[in-house]
Amino acid sequence: MENLIGLLVAVPLLGAALLLCGGRRLDGKGHYIGTVLAAASFAIGAVLFADMLGRGEHDRALHSKVFSWIPVGGFRADVAFQLDQLSMTFVLLITGVGTLIHIYSIGYMEHDERRRRFFGYLNLFLAAMLLLVLADNYLLLYVGWEGVGLASYLLIGFWQHKPSAATAAKKAFIVNRVGDVGLSIAIMLMFTTFGTFAFAPVLSNAGDAGEGKVTAIGLMLLLAACGKSAQVPLQSWLGDAMEGPTPVSALIHAATMVTAGVYLITRSGAIFNAAPDAQAAVVAVGAVTLLFGAIVGCAKDDIKKALAGSTMSQIGYMILAAGLGPIGYVFAIMHLVTHGFFKAGLFLGAGSVMHAMNDEVDMRKYGGLRKYMPVTFVTFGLGYLAIIGFPGLSGFWSKDKIIEAAFAKGGTEGWILGGAALLGAAITAYYMTRVMLLTFFGEKRWVPDEEGHEPHPHESPSSMTIPMIVLAVGSVFAGGLFSLNDAFLKWLEPVTGHSHGDSPLSAAAVTGGTMVVLLIGVALAWAQYGRRPVPRTAPRGSLLTRAARRDLLQDDFNHVALVKPGQYLTRGLVYVDHKLVDGVVNGTAASVGGLSGRLRKLQNGYARTYAVSMFGGTAVLIAATLLMRAV
Amino acid sequence: MTHAATVHSLWTTAAAAPDKIPSPHVEYGQLSPTLIVLGAAIVGVLVEAFIPRRQRYVAQLFVSVVALAAAFAAVIGLAAGGYGTSKARVAAMGAIAVDGPALFLQGTILLVALVAVFTFAERRLDPVVHGNRVDSFAAQAAAVPGGDAEKAAVKAGFTTTEVFPLVLFAVGGMLVFPSANDLLTLFVALEVFSLPLYILCALARRQRTLSQEAAVKYFLLGAFSSAFLLFGIALLYGYAGTVSYSGIADVVDGQVRNVTPALAGTMGNDALLLIGGAMVLMGLLFKIGAVPFHMWTPDVYQGAPTPVTGFMAAATKVAAFGALLRLLYVVLPGLRWDWRPVMWGVAIVTMLGGAIVAVTQTDVKRLLAYSSIAHAGFILAGVIATTPDGISSVLFYLAAYSFVTLGAFAVVTLVRDAGGEATHLSKWAGLGRRSPLVAAVFAVFLLAFAGIPLTSGFAGKFAVFKAAADGGAGPLVVIGVISSAIAAFFYIRVIVLMFFSEPRTDGPSVAVPSPLTSSAIAIGVAVTLVLGVAPQYFLDLASQAGVFVR
Repeated sequence: MENLIGLLVAVPLLGAALLLCGGRRLDGKGHYIGTVLAAASFAIGAVLFADMLGRGEHDRALHSKVFSWIPVGGFRADVAFQLDQLSMTFVLLITGVGTLIHIYSIGYMEHDERRRRFFGYLNLFLAAMLLLVLADNYLLLYVGWEGVGLASYLLIGFWQHKPSAATAAKKAFIVNRVGDVGLSIAIMLMFTTFGTFAFAPVLSNAGDAGEGKVTAIGLMLLLAACGKSAQVPLQSWLGDAMEGPTPVSALIHAATMVTAGVYLITRSGAIFNAAPDAQAAVVAVGAVTLLFGAIVGCAKDDIKKALAGSTMSQIGYMILAAGLGPIGYVFAIMHLVTHGFFKAGLFLGAGSVMHAMNDEVDMRKYGGLRKYMPVTFVTFGLGYLAIIGFPGLSGFWSKDKIIEAAFAKGGTEGWILGGAALLGAAITAYYMTRVMLLTFFGEKRWVPDEEGHEPHPHESPSSMTIPMIVLAVGSVFAGGLFSLNDAFLKWLEPVTGHSHGDSPLSAAAVTGGTMVVLLIGVALAWAQYGRRPVPRTAPRGSLLTRAARRDLLQDDFNHVALVKPGQYLTRGLVYVDHKLVDGVVNGTAASVGGLSGRLRKLQNGYARTYAVSMFGGTAVLIAATLLMRAV
Repeated sequence: MTHAATVHSLWTTAAAAPDKIPSPHVEYGQLSPTLIVLGAAIVGVLVEAFIPRRQRYVAQLFVSVVALAAAFAAVIGLAAGGYGTSKARVAAMGAIAVDGPALFLQGTILLVALVAVFTFAERRLDPVVHGNRVDSFAAQAAAVPGGDAEKAAVKAGFTTTEVFPLVLFAVGGMLVFPSANDLLTLFVALEVFSLPLYILCALARRQRTLSQEAAVKYFLLGAFSSAFLLFGIALLYGYAGTVSYSGIADVVDGQVRNVTPALAGTMGNDALLLIGGAMVLMGLLFKIGAVPFHMWTPDVYQGAPTPVTGFMAAATKVAAFGALLRLLYVVLPGLRWDWRPVMWGVAIVTMLGGAIVAVTQTDVKRLLAYSSIAHAGFILAGVIATTPDGISSVLFYLAAYSFVTLGAFAVVTLVRDAGGEATHLSKWAGLGRRSPLVAAVFAVFLLAFAGIPLTSGFAGKFAVFKAAADGGAGPLVVIGVISSAIAAFFYIRVIVLMFFSEPRTDGPSVAVPSPLTSSAIAIGVAVTLVLGVAPQYFLDLASQAGVFVR
């Protein structure tokens, strides 16, 4: 069984190699190869899952060392995998959703001439993401971490002919680098503190390492998580990342890669448990981001950007839960999985709508689509109900638990966090209802595209609708299934640990409160977008609306706080380089050249001159030798 | 060889007991590498005398290759027999040392010579003349350039196959040079390898006058330096009453005081020692090409036929540095505090002088000549270390450098236009676009010269600088690194020129060589990369070979 773990990574990696190196010969069947290999990876994952269920809950973890990667003195890095319940959860999510999105992409990318390359990148992403969650040490995790970053960069910029896509890819890459620096520093600190990178020794000794060091490691890990999971203050790249093809947004920028930060924090739970200050920073980041993303989501007219804001906000929930410590880890991962279903479903639905509407993304130019795209409408609608936390659906179970856990943190902190989580739920209900109403209800506000083609919305082909249906089923039932008998809690508890906090509010009260704010949010959106006609061009809006449309001024902030000073710094450095460094360098070069030219004249071609030089040299040699003795 | 030994014993015995001459005792087995090569050289002369002109080329090539390979096998055999380490000894009545450094250097010289012979034998580069394939050497060396006799010789398809025995004679001398254990043997070996080189330099097929001028200059200046060397030997004899290395060393250390009556007035006179030592040193520094005794180098390197230049630049340097090491470590270790500061000065001006003057060179052969001067300076830094690491680093550097040099000059023979080799640098512009492989290979050699990691040049430079720094010559290392930086400029400039300039319309073409030159270049690249990527085995080998016998 252990050997299958390596295969899990190797299969999609093989696909990437085949598709990216195979050349045009594979153009006709590349997408099938990619999809089959993704499905094969899922099948291996399922086999491993069945095997794992067959064992007692405390010996479920598998370990497999492939080879010694860098053995240099005391420095040891192995390529070794670890498959426990936490990794298993991710493996199933990644390969399952990944396979569905491969299938969806067959239809979605049908007319793209670079489809083979697209599937190659998707397979590369799967391999890297699986490596990330299967690594048994931080260094190998880092390889996967960078691998998914690369795949994300390649896929955001997949339509590189569009300058906006190329810019978005660069932005994502650069912002992620900031986070990656955090991860690399954290790994270096781990090595100096613990002398190893492997999870087991690092995490079991985290308690004894001294709080200062552990806090530093924790904060650096948080920085890494902020970059990858688009959390404040490194959130700015996610909205622009929607320039990538929609299946990419669904897989990488909603369901899987952006949740890597949650995985990292949950996996490093022991470190955060030992560093309360770092934990406080985590919950603060989570709480701020869940509101930030939700507010941004309210103001966006671009359907994908509205969903991106929502993603940011939902990951904020997960980070918040992970920051709560053992009371929240399980629920962070549970929300991560349910979110993987409904957010991927929502994005696929959005892609289906765009497919039907000549790639129009402005929701103000949709309207009344429910009659034309019934399957998309129903699946999107189920995703919508799931995300706002409609009772019984997936989101209800997982989000409710997080809000409960936030209150259970206790004290003023608990009230603040719980309040923020509740407020977030209200805003979520508002912006998602808005998306729903603008897209599927009301009257048609369609406009012809630039070439004058009237949109003729139609249902998407079955290769696209089937994945949407599967994900919708997951959105409806997954949460309930997980909560049945606390199945998910029992499954994950051996890895992450769990404790019930003592909440000042009863579970029923929290649920009730959530229902109330949910209704308020829906009602507000209905009042604004359901009752009266929606203008095709957005009204000017309040100051907050305008700020939210500009992503709460994130780019302006980055520009003033980072870009400008950076530019001044580089200008200053360039000045110093030109005037001072170049002056010295060029001056040296010129003087060497001048000296060379003069010395060269000594070489005049006459043997007599050479003989004189030798004679003089010998004289000096003798004189110097004698002088040395005299001294 | 026997000749040298006889002279030696005549000299020493004549001084002691003029009435009886003992028959010399010679260990033929331990001297077999030298004897094989010199014997083959004589066979080569006989081939010239008795074999018809048409078959000489093949016969000579065969004799040379077999002799060099056999001699190399003999060196390996001796080393495997422990003569490099535990059984190291002085042979031929004290004239020749058979020890680690000697065997290592002899092995290097033989391999270099073998590869060089490949380039000597190349006959595909020059255009076919009157239906005959020709090599880099004059049709008839004795014919006046441009005269009727030359034209007739060219028309008849003559070639100077004498180059092969000449090379073998030179190699024979070079094998003795670093293993000579007394000053007279040293001198004889010097002449044995210098005289054939003077002749070889004059043998270029193209630009014969330039070639002859180079040979005359080399001969005049070589004779001049030999005179100094010989005078230095006389002074040292006057000081010590013997020409044997260990004998002189004993006197320097004050262990021997049995004054020969005839030398009572001079023995133990330090002025004689210092002046004589400096003069012998000068003779060796001339061969090494150290500043200010380097001025022959650019002219001779440029004028000589390029295969000869490559052979000279590689093998002569190995032999001369070997002799210098032995002189400084065996004869004059007691004088360390006198010669070290002087050698510091020589090393500094050599490194800086070679590097700086190279910056403004426009001819690729002259550029490589100045580069060889700068490298002589780097090696001197290792010599000055006066530690076992110093010896082994110098041995390694010599092996690494000689193959880079051979390869680089072999590439120079390929780039040609109507006038023969196109050595002006401006003609190399854009070579990388027309002949990417040749340019890439040359770039590898240039990077190795510059000492870029993963080439043998880096490993060698690192070894000598480390040895020098450990030996207390820190400032020398700093200057060495500065010189390397200056030198890197002109190496990289050639690479830039080859790869990033527009090709000239009247630019040279790259000739397709026979397997001979191809394999010479391939061996150069292979050694450069192997010694660069995995130097440890060879460094270990060099450090095992790093002990001189006394």
